[in-house]
Amino acid sequence: MAQPEQRDEVEMLAMMLLIRRFEERASQQYQAQKIGGFCHLYIGQEAVVAGAVAATRPDDYLITAYRDHAHALARGTSANACMAELFGKVTGCSRGLGGSMHFFDKANHMYGGHAIVGAHVPLAAGMAFASKYRKEDRVTLCFFGDGAINQGGFHEALNLAGLFKLPVIFICENNFFAMGTSVKRSTSLKEIVDRAEGYDMPGEVVDGMSFREVRDKLGEIIASIRKDPHPAFVEARTYRYRGHSMSDPASYRTKEELEKYREEDPITRLRAQLSREGKLTNEQFDKLDKSAKEQVMASVKFAEKSAEPPLEDLYKYTYVGDGESGVAFEESSERTTVPARKTSARGTASSKNNGDSAEPVATRSRKKA
Amino acid sequence: MREITYRQALNEALAEEIARDPNVFLMGEEVAEYNGAYKVSQGLLDRFGAERIIDTPISENGFAGLGIGAAMVGLRPIVEFMTFSFSLVAFDQIVNNAPNMLTMSGGQFNIPITFRGPNGPAHQLGATHSHATECLYANVPGLKICTPATPRDAKGLLKTAIRDNNPVLVLEFELFYSQKGQVEDEDVDLLIPLGEAATRREGSDVTIISYAQTVPMALAAAEQLAGEKINAEVIDLRSIKPLDWPAVFASVSKTHRVVIAEQDRPFCGVGAEITYRIQQEIFDELDAPIQRVAQEDVPMPYNERLEQAVLPNTEKIVAAVKKIC
Repeated sequence: MAQPEQRDEVEMLAMMLLIRRFEERASQQYQAQKIGGFCHLYIGQEAVVAGAVAATRPDDYLITAYRDHAHALARGTSANACMAELFGKVTGCSRGLGGSMHFFDKANHMYGGHAIVGAHVPLAAGMAFASKYRKEDRVTLCFFGDGAINQGGFHEALNLAGLFKLPVIFICENNFFAMGTSVKRSTSLKEIVDRAEGYDMPGEVVDGMSFREVRDKLGEIIASIRKDPHPAFVEARTYRYRGHSMSDPASYRTKEELEKYREEDPITRLRAQLSREGKLTNEQFDKLDKSAKEQVMASVKFAEKSAEPPLEDLYKYTYVGDGESGVAFEESSERTTVPARKTSARGTASSKNNGDSAEPVATRSRKKA
Repeated sequence: MREITYRQALNEALAEEIARDPNVFLMGEEVAEYNGAYKVSQGLLDRFGAERIIDTPISENGFAGLGIGAAMVGLRPIVEFMTFSFSLVAFDQIVNNAPNMLTMSGGQFNIPITFRGPNGPAHQLGATHSHATECLYANVPGLKICTPATPRDAKGLLKTAIRDNNPVLVLEFELFYSQKGQVEDEDVDLLIPLGEAATRREGSDVTIISYAQTVPMALAAAEQLAGEKINAEVIDLRSIKPLDWPAVFASVSKTHRVVIAEQDRPFCGVGAEITYRIQQEIFDELDAPIQRVAQEDVPMPYNERLEQAVLPNTEKIVAAVKKIC
């Protein structure tokens, strides 16, 4: 089986634990009103992103929808930067300007965090287009939920990717509910994976509760794409234990259904596999879990003591000036302000209220009518 | 200097920038094998090949988004809309993804993309194909917008737009494509900054603020008014965003009377913002209420006589001037 870029499984289990503990703590902090806006938790789905990331190179492109905390963490963004972003602090991975749904980390090739359902799927096609244009062998991983597959942009992007043979994997994290609407109430097809056929790309169903299955299947697909660029579609069947967002009690599904999925918990499963194979003792697992909890607790403290983005930076990120481009987020627990950005000489880039750089000319006294 | 058409000027700008920077490519409906719906991209496929001059299916949302994604990772796409009326299908990408990315990512991802194509009512295209979109997009922070009215501006503004590191909309005008004008020789790297208006005619009695298709109307109105001893100054904004407020305020401070001739609709149109800013900044300079000539506030009728009644024109501008002079 082709798994040329496989990462250590214990390390990935630690990653899944970090995601789980981070989301639990985010939930608690949301309830304590430390986090504003919307907040969508990934609990239950950890094996999908962990398996995918385990099969990729760090320089492959990754883009996802609004349930994005886990994708940043899996890509290597620190719990500190993630929690600080939820708190709206300048030390956050989007400098406190993005929030829960807009995590970005250029240095770790995490391209967002996109909150209009399906609207980032064309962006993924564009990133893959750039790889092919530059004759690089990078693969783009594009995650989205089952709710995105009925949006126009999704279909347009899959058609473009199929037509241009772009090196992108469209990964549908099918948790069976688009907010409160089940797949069978939203989608004309019985099997989501059948969407792939309409766009001339291979489609695979994977058990999204199994880290190894996700990793191995994606590993095969990625190896094939690196050899010869083409798109692929993966339906990862998974389950979110929590509601759509923090405000959703998920009363549209039964307790029994949730319990059934809990029995297949991705963390429990990988832990059991590793124990059986003698690769992980109970003590080692407890240590991993303790470390995850400590990182997350530390992240809350970090977020609490971090500064807010300065008010005088309000107009700083509306435009970049001539010769400038985006500045990657650099982690520093000390940093409370961001590097100064020079603004362009004229017009909006330097100004408030779309072009207020203009000095009013000297006014004369009013003429009598 | 030599005389070339607006279409040829745009074509030269595209060719020069694609030749200059390997990250620049052109994408859109019919841009390659068909040589462009309006022949703006004539000959570019033969010169640069199918990897850089790319035909797309009719999927504005899809290929606008594809361009933005490519820009996120360092390419500099030029996306052609066959008309900006069709850009409305990609409105979410142009409004939500391109201009928000820099802020949402805390300054990490700027989007160096150019969206270009004809904009505004042309001739009897009916309601769906006649949208003047500048006022819609001008409302969005993070976008820049220019509206070239001459071949020289078409070339110079498009080249500047392609080199800008922000999303820029170059709003061309269909009925200008075949019009000729003086443009620097091909060995000149013609760059016209965004946000600088041009004074097309000096005058002392009234300022007519125009852009895109209203520029020739304003100039014709000024000629007509000259015969009636009214000396009009004509400003061509050239960029809607950033807008050259110093040029506007300086001219108004000279003439003390203003007519704004705009191709969009009146309600929340470009002229509404200009009117507000003039009275806010230089109220004491005004000797008369500001006049606006815009479209009538109705969906565009097909019938030619009714369409003419909706559109701004020279006579309407002359009448507006006479109200205050």
